[in-house]
Amino acid sequence: MSARPATLPFGAAPCEAAAAQRFAVWLLSCIAVTFVLTFGSLVIGTSSIGTSMRWILSPDAQSSVVLWQIRLPRTIGAWCAGALLGLAGAIAQGVFRNPLAEPYLLGTASGAALGLTISLIAADASIGGLAWATKLGVTGAACVGAAGATLLTISLARGVLQTRSLLLAGVVVAFLLGAILQLLLLSRFEIWRTMQTFLFGSTAFISWSSVGLLGGVLCICIVPAALLSRGLDALTLGEDTAQSLGVSLPMVRLTLLGIVSLATATSVGQVGVVGFVGLIAPHLVRETLSINHRRLLIAAPLCGGALLQAADLASRWVIRPAELPVGAVTACVGGSYLVFLLWRRSRNG
Amino acid sequence: MSRTSRAARAAPLCVLRALLALVLPGAAHAALPSQADPGPPIPAPTSSPTPAPIPAPRHPITLRDDSGREVHLAQVPQRIVSMLPSLTETLCALGGCSRLVATDRYSDWPPEVRALPKAGGLEDVQIEQIVRLRPDLVLLSRSQRISDRLRELGVESVALDTQTYAAIARTVTAIGQILGVPARAAALEQRIDAAVRAVGAQALAHRHGAGPTVYFEVDAAPYAAGADSFIGELLTRLGTRNIVTPDLGPFPRLNPEYVVRHDPDVILVSEIQAPHLAERPGWDRIRAVREQRVCSFAPAVRDTMVRPGPRVAQGMRAIESCLERVAP
Repeated sequence: MSARPATLPFGAAPCEAAAAQRFAVWLLSCIAVTFVLTFGSLVIGTSSIGTSMRWILSPDAQSSVVLWQIRLPRTIGAWCAGALLGLAGAIAQGVFRNPLAEPYLLGTASGAALGLTISLIAADASIGGLAWATKLGVTGAACVGAAGATLLTISLARGVLQTRSLLLAGVVVAFLLGAILQLLLLSRFEIWRTMQTFLFGSTAFISWSSVGLLGGVLCICIVPAALLSRGLDALTLGEDTAQSLGVSLPMVRLTLLGIVSLATATSVGQVGVVGFVGLIAPHLVRETLSINHRRLLIAAPLCGGALLQAADLASRWVIRPAELPVGAVTACVGGSYLVFLLWRRSRNG
Repeated sequence: MSRTSRAARAAPLCVLRALLALVLPGAAHAALPSQADPGPPIPAPTSSPTPAPIPAPRHPITLRDDSGREVHLAQVPQRIVSMLPSLTETLCALGGCSRLVATDRYSDWPPEVRALPKAGGLEDVQIEQIVRLRPDLVLLSRSQRISDRLRELGVESVALDTQTYAAIARTVTAIGQILGVPARAAALEQRIDAAVRAVGAQALAHRHGAGPTVYFEVDAAPYAAGADSFIGELLTRLGTRNIVTPDLGPFPRLNPEYVVRHDPDVILVSEIQAPHLAERPGWDRIRAVREQRVCSFAPAVRDTMVRPGPRVAQGMRAIESCLERVAP
């Protein structure tokens, strides 16, 4: 982290005060939305809203389990996982200077899923419920897989700056690793279906220990990311400029990609492969605010958290008491948004 | 077999996955612990004895399979591929085992089918392998949607629905027709039904009051067996009350809090998942988990209850013997 440039012209916008004000308003509204969604998650479930309200006011033994052991960790865990993905997406888009970069499209998530599956098979464990030590080990394996997949994508794309070939390489890596994963699972068909469902995104079994893990990693990731945000700003101006500003590019990139891998792996380990949150969250922020990376790295996780919370809520509400895969919900919304982005880019240029 | 088949009412997304329940119950390489054949102690009250043997309908026959396609068979097929374990079991129970030239990779009962070539699974049917074996007929699950492709390649197939209890009888009838042994099929149907009734009657004699509430987990997603599925029907006939009501469809993917809220007396689950139930958020508070009223089944035993075929009564008996232990 020796990469802090001495001086930078960014952030010295003419109307800095107004920008700061807009940013503050944006943050507050995002937090407000999160609170609303959290409350919504407490009252929406397999019981009617009226019943849930009564539970909150006068809980009995069973309803307090449902409220505080199931619904609350579930929604907070979804928020943390979404925040990790939003952070990973914001960093990836900055590092690759590519507005479409995100863990899912880069193959990072597939690498994490593969690492996760290999470690689960090796430990002869199942995803339903895991002890703490296993959870950490599994997350570590997922992280190795995520980092490996990201490096593979970069080397296939011959560097980080080939916008189109990077996406292509990411998709190739995602397919390749996905295929290996399927082959592995086919050999263990007693866990095949459970893993399929989980890998398609599942917030169903988030416990307080999952929340602890997700929250802890979020804290671990966000601090170095914020410290390196100026490096990201410098990268936005181009490599030459960044270098002339004294940014040690390989070091910054490596650290940032490490953060992307850790964030993605932790989220995949707890909620499966949830695509597009990492893509949409930074975009939604940039659509409404014009900001530097220091602020983006705070706003994108907040936005991603709220997005996954909303998707989780939708997944268990639409066909309650049955559930939709949460990954399918985000893929529907995110996929449409990706199409919109591509359409707008082609129209503009 | 009184129930009419009902269309899957679960969300379409769930249906396909839930169907997998029928083919992926677990690796069953060990033979079943030797259990005597059903041997019904009570004759089935409703099934009238068939005095005169029905003359076998001569092929050619035309039948309509469960995906609504008309299938024409000029003669009894000599080379058959079965792509679902329950269909393999039914075919063999009707004496058609020697006609099998390949099965799906999960078919492992009766033991003689284990040596046959494998042509993929439910979602990865190896069409090339099937075509190379030049079968006269392929037996499929309705979810396998490859009938048209096979027909283009000159291979006839019959797709059968296997979600409900009534579907078991319909499958037996259909395969009996195909093999030209309708009388034998009728007898098998009766035998299955009589055995199921017998186990049910024995169980009901033990039950007092309303019977325990149960949750049958098909897999850890969690997919459950609804009251409308064949598993659900077996549970109902054992005098238990399924917490997963018919309106949720045969194999819904549940919000786990549903199970916590309905607090079943007994949970039926696979051996792999049983030790992990208490680690799921909030599940340590479910009465069945707290009081260890959890029935877990080894893969080979579980196969008998998750395959809608001739061995369902055996599966039912395994469930009942566990119920007697944990919820007397």
